[in-house]
Amino acid sequence: MLAYIARRIVYVVPIVLSVALVCFMLVHITPGDPLVAVLPADASQELAAQLRAAYGFDRPLPVQFGLWLWKALHGDLGTSIATGRPVLAEVMRAVSNTVTLAIAAAIIGFSFGLLFGLIAGYFRDTWIDKMATGIAIAGVSVPHYWLGMVLVIVFSVQLNWLPAVGAGPGGSGQWAWDWAHIRFLILPAITTSVIPMGIVTRTVRALTGDILSQDFVEALRAKGLRETGVFGHVIKNAAPTALAVMGLQLGYMLGGSILVETVFSWPGSGLLLNSAIFQRDLPLLQGTILVLALFFVLLNLSVDIAQALIDPRIKRA
Amino acid sequence: MSLTASDAAPQTAPAGKARGYWANVGRRLIRDKIAVACGIILLLIVLAAVFAPWLHLADPYQGSMIRRLKPIGTANYPLGSDELGRDMLARLIYGGRLSLFIGVLPVIFAFMIGTSLGLVAGYVGGKVNTAIMRTIDVFYAFPSVLLAIAISGALGAGITNSIVSLTVVFVPQITRVAESVTTSVRNMDFVEAARASGAGAFTIMRVHMLGNVLGPIFVYATGLISVSMILAAGLSFLGLGTKPPEPEWGLMLNTLRTAIYVNPWVAALPGVMIFAVSICFNLLSDSMRSAMDIRN
Amino acid sequence: MSKAVSAIAEVEKFEPIEDIGGAAQPLLHVNGLTKHFPVRGTGLFGGAKTVRAVDDVSFSIAKGETLGIVGESGCGKSTTARLLMHLMPTTAGEIIFDARQVGRELSLRELRRGMQMVFQDSYASLNPRLTIEESIAFGPKVHGMSDASARALARELLGKVGLRPENFAHRYPHEVSGGQRQRVNIARALALSPRLVILDESVSALDKSVEAQVLNLLADLKREFGLTYLFISHDLNVVRYISDRVLVMYLGEVVELGPVDDVWDQPAHPYTRALLAAMPSSDPDRRTEVPPITGDPPNPIDPPAGCRFHPRCPFAEALCSQAKPKLSPIGDSGHQAACFMAIPGSGHSRAP
Repeated sequence: MLAYIARRIVYVVPIVLSVALVCFMLVHITPGDPLVAVLPADASQELAAQLRAAYGFDRPLPVQFGLWLWKALHGDLGTSIATGRPVLAEVMRAVSNTVTLAIAAAIIGFSFGLLFGLIAGYFRDTWIDKMATGIAIAGVSVPHYWLGMVLVIVFSVQLNWLPAVGAGPGGSGQWAWDWAHIRFLILPAITTSVIPMGIVTRTVRALTGDILSQDFVEALRAKGLRETGVFGHVIKNAAPTALAVMGLQLGYMLGGSILVETVFSWPGSGLLLNSAIFQRDLPLLQGTILVLALFFVLLNLSVDIAQALIDPRIKRA
Repeated sequence: MSLTASDAAPQTAPAGKARGYWANVGRRLIRDKIAVACGIILLLIVLAAVFAPWLHLADPYQGSMIRRLKPIGTANYPLGSDELGRDMLARLIYGGRLSLFIGVLPVIFAFMIGTSLGLVAGYVGGKVNTAIMRTIDVFYAFPSVLLAIAISGALGAGITNSIVSLTVVFVPQITRVAESVTTSVRNMDFVEAARASGAGAFTIMRVHMLGNVLGPIFVYATGLISVSMILAAGLSFLGLGTKPPEPEWGLMLNTLRTAIYVNPWVAALPGVMIFAVSICFNLLSDSMRSAMDIRN
Repeated sequence: MSKAVSAIAEVEKFEPIEDIGGAAQPLLHVNGLTKHFPVRGTGLFGGAKTVRAVDDVSFSIAKGETLGIVGESGCGKSTTARLLMHLMPTTAGEIIFDARQVGRELSLRELRRGMQMVFQDSYASLNPRLTIEESIAFGPKVHGMSDASARALARELLGKVGLRPENFAHRYPHEVSGGQRQRVNIARALALSPRLVILDESVSALDKSVEAQVLNLLADLKREFGLTYLFISHDLNVVRYISDRVLVMYLGEVVELGPVDDVWDQPAHPYTRALLAAMPSSDPDRRTEVPPITGDPPNPIDPPAGCRFHPRCPFAEALCSQAKPKLSPIGDSGHQAACFMAIPGSGHSRAP
């Protein structure tokens, strides 16, 4: 077991390095001069050369990568061209808002997903199953940014119950878990939760159906176990896979929040990425993607380890 | 031990006409009401988009400052008008052209690239497999939406860049499916039997592998179109896809966002189209999967 | 023109590959066949280890005979079959098919005309996307037969294995029963006119009554086509019924080899004795009451030194864990065993 976990951790190192390389290369597939955003249009040749040297763009690529990686390892992701503030600070502030959103969405999406999935799998091929499956398919097929707009139309524009945009009263940057702030969280969280809800429903439904059709369930019923007890066995057997899927979904919510955050002007990492793209703020773009991807890698790693801990079959995979 | 006398009489098979595999799959799909409904809806949307110029629609580019944001059901504007007074019906139908193009094309490209990579990785195995699959793992370290937006954002706005970025996102996913299907088929006894009969790798691939491998990959790719439609429109929604005044569902959704206080339901219409196409491809993919499962 | 006429008059077939050595030359001679698989060790830095799946196996099969191979699951029977068919590379050893060494005088392509195999799983060994006729015709087409002739041959062979071609030719594998599928697999193996057919647990998955029918079919086909069989099974009754000689494998090695009656009547290796004693008997006087063999087979990753059977052997002595007994003759019937108790003067207290 320990050996498996150690091997899994060692395996993350090349992945992290490759992720860093991809993030680094992003700036270099960008057409045009990476300095275009900072250089005045009438800049002289010398000024351009000076700035190029200052940002290190005049060195060979592998050297640039090495330097960039070395700094990144020390927590220095450069300075935002647009704001002049350190990239890491900007990203971490935004990420904390995204984490808030993702956790709220996970609570909604996972509870409904588990509920619908268990019910649909247990009552397979009945109208209950068909309904739950229908909701799940709608959840994974809906363009969630559009769903966000529709929710705003209904609950903000027409009913005027909840605010349409922002993350707190008066545009304050400080998040708090009080009603004044949670009101702002509800619509974006519901919007974000539909895809994980659909995917968790489908996964849990399939798992439940498979487990219930296995011989050992017959044996449990034959020895007189009540249905609630059978259900306990179902949950125990479905847990490792369901957990892995949910972990992955949490990662997707953290990394894929840009569309929802744009719709609701939620000041998270997605909105930051959006402004980095449109202001051609390449260090910020690079840094945001790197941080989000690293979060995702670490989350995957912890899911794998957690799965190994609760599933006795994955001891020496 | 003793054995019964040799059965001299030749055996017969149960009655009933033997049908080809794909004929069987087709028959089962046609019996599936959901699959047929989805197929018809998709066909209508595609045909309308292709033949839009012959449908006597209003000019999707012709705006009118005095007829902006008319509600659904206005005379001459059956689905209302947009923020520049352009006919929504015409724009939704014309919008299908670009939206379907940028949504479907990445999956087709990824299907071709990913299937080739996965077949090679799965059939050759060994170091080639390791090289291909470890590279694929790197792309799996990014959530797909983030990867699409990162590439698209770095390359800059535009239809080509949007297609390129989505292709890059889908190639790893299709490669993984293709590799795992190929590996499992390759280890089946009938492939061993074909090798035992002296057939070369290419013949085995053509006769014994492709027919068994392409189906599941194709089904997976059909389901991916659903994701691709949402992401492609999403990129346009963010301003990373096509540019105004082109009609495209994601971009229309973006430009109509400000109109939700004036005429909300017209503003939501382009999303209905994306939703419809996406859910139809998803349901069709599910139906195909169960129709292809011949053992039951 | 003449070809077209003959195709109508008589189905085109391959001639079996040439008989070179005559009756005295064994059809197949296997010398020192060895297969080691590298496996990943457990633990973070558990280095590579090897599974000794097949270790220095030698035997030969005479023309027209049936050699049975028996042993517990995991003893290397099926690996041996796959090595003979060259479906996986050998680690060491030579395979001589009718006086021609495979890979030197005999190409792989020719070998596959001379030697065919029927697998255990009748469903998995047929391509689900091809009709039965197409599956049988595939091999002949690979070897250059035209599509029409190959299909005609397939239909003829379906008749030979007792399946009406008009009923079965266009069916798919999932549309026929297990016994019928295995007949199709036999027809497929015969399509290249092989001289040796390897039957790897080919009847093991069938119902007892169907198994008997297929065994009888195999006997008929052997007579009609002059075939030689290598029959692999864990079912001793079936092996005794069909085989002329039998080879007993334990953990990748040959422990006993000889005419089937000699081995059954006077098993020389304690492992063979245990296997035979474990056979269910319908005779109440011969009921086994003491488990003849205890313990699990040791792991082939780390086989015991000396005689590989010694940890489970009731007669093991110090000698058995130190030296490996060679396969040695018992009498002059060709009966051989690898046990110190069968080797005169070996030093074992029970040696003759």
